[in-house]
Amino acid sequence: MLTLSPQDMQAIWLSARVAIAATIISVPFGFAAAYLLVFVRVPAKAMLEGLINLPLVLPPVVVGYLLLLLFGQSGPLGGLLHSLGIRVVFTLTGAVIASAVVGFPLLVRSIRTGMEDIDKRYLQASRTLGARWWDTLLTIILPLSGRAVLAGMTLMFARSLGEFGATIILAGNIPGVTQTIPLAIYEYTNTPGGDRLARGAAGQ
Amino acid sequence: MNLDVALRKDYGKFELNVEFSLTARHCGIFGPSGSGKSTLMHLLAGLLKPDEGRIMLAGRTLFDSSRNINVPPEERRIGVVFQHSHLFPHMSVRRNLLYGWRRTPEAERLINPEALIRVLQLDPLLDRGVNSLSGGERQRVALGRTVLACPRLILMDEPLSGLDEELKYQIMPYLKKVFSEFDVPLLFISHALHEMRLMAEEVLVFEAGVVRERLPAEELARRSLVTGSRGYANLLTLSAPQPHGDLWLYQWGKTPLILTEPGEGGDNVVELAAKDITLFKRHPEASSARNLLPCRVAGLFGVGNRIGVELDCNGSRLICQIVPDSVRELDIHEGGEVIAVIKASAFRRLYSMNN
Repeated sequence: MLTLSPQDMQAIWLSARVAIAATIISVPFGFAAAYLLVFVRVPAKAMLEGLINLPLVLPPVVVGYLLLLLFGQSGPLGGLLHSLGIRVVFTLTGAVIASAVVGFPLLVRSIRTGMEDIDKRYLQASRTLGARWWDTLLTIILPLSGRAVLAGMTLMFARSLGEFGATIILAGNIPGVTQTIPLAIYEYTNTPGGDRLARGAAGQ
Repeated sequence: MNLDVALRKDYGKFELNVEFSLTARHCGIFGPSGSGKSTLMHLLAGLLKPDEGRIMLAGRTLFDSSRNINVPPEERRIGVVFQHSHLFPHMSVRRNLLYGWRRTPEAERLINPEALIRVLQLDPLLDRGVNSLSGGERQRVALGRTVLACPRLILMDEPLSGLDEELKYQIMPYLKKVFSEFDVPLLFISHALHEMRLMAEEVLVFEAGVVRERLPAEELARRSLVTGSRGYANLLTLSAPQPHGDLWLYQWGKTPLILTEPGEGGDNVVELAAKDITLFKRHPEASSARNLLPCRVAGLFGVGNRIGVELDCNGSRLICQIVPDSVRELDIHEGGEVIAVIKASAFRRLYSMNN
């Protein structure tokens, strides 16, 4: 029988919050990155592309470790945020950042494919009709790649729900604070006799 | 239009190198595919950057490599009607039509959308999506969209070549009407001679990336009497069609003509091949052909075994193609009188201009 403890419910609620926040925060950046890669002539495009795709090829634990170095109190960004009173490590913010970074390449990939499918001659037409680049971006590129953006968001949301490696390194596994579904399952399987509970948290 | 162009664009295998200045209201660029017509269109619109040269339109420099000027396409005010219309698929006909209009500064909005929609008869289509339109409707919307951006020059890149013969001539009256009612300079790009003659006054002939020559459209057509496989075709504007027994009676200037083709009210443009006209020295008493027109020979041209005879028929011009032997035997010379005999079925109606 499927019985969920209050802790399980908390993990599910946390997971949903983290995944939704990570996805929504990433969309503008993902859209901008895809736009840069497809439509703008930028120097060292291959480097940029590699950097965006890095979280896809690195093990998530390594990504988490790199984020920890970056956002830790002695890290370059962590120090700055700390002076502003913002803590990332072992907080919900950390979990969101970990999910966002790991899911980002999937989002960009999907939007990019959608943008590449847009007939470039529509953009030529809009320009000869007097639309500037941002106007073309908003009235032609955005609506025509809307489906791809949605597909990318779905992909990223799903990836964020299951994010484990980077999250456990950066945000830890604190019930009620950063313990998402995968982390809860991990904890149950490490507890003697916890398999049944793990199945419950996994919804089986 | 006042267009001054000197441009060079090198593609390695192909080089475009042109220099011309146009003053006629409606000009044409004629040439086979691969002669650089479309490249020139892209360069003029600003969608491609020339290697060097300059473009001046109505006194304004749009591109000058020596002064480092390159006005982007959205500021050039040069409209383009593309070969495949490129209507925005996510917008209705209305939004497509008004896309350029909304981006035109108020002071430059010289064309009234309602008047244009009426001329192009787009009213019933306004709320439809563009994906449900037929090929001809799409081109009409594309034309309207470009004209409504109130450009200083419209480039039309083979706008009719994606359409079949019949549709092409259904669109033609709209094109003619738009360019006569709304005073927009036109550069019409095509490899089809008939379209060129109907749309342009002056023609630049392109070949392998250079301007081979520049001549009036009619002159270009006369060349085809000798070089073209189909010969020369007269394009006549006939008016006031009336049923005449089984046939139709039209007025061609002051001359009545009898045709098998039914007509619609207003002006009808018909095609008559020069080789379908037979010349007689004296009036044949009886003939199966329905049109016997007394004419005066206004001139002779052509070489080899094809001679063009320009006829003056009550003040209207007609070109007839005959062979040199006939010229000798009938003693055809400038100023001489002949009878032109044309069968009622020799005419082909292309389109009609209502009202």
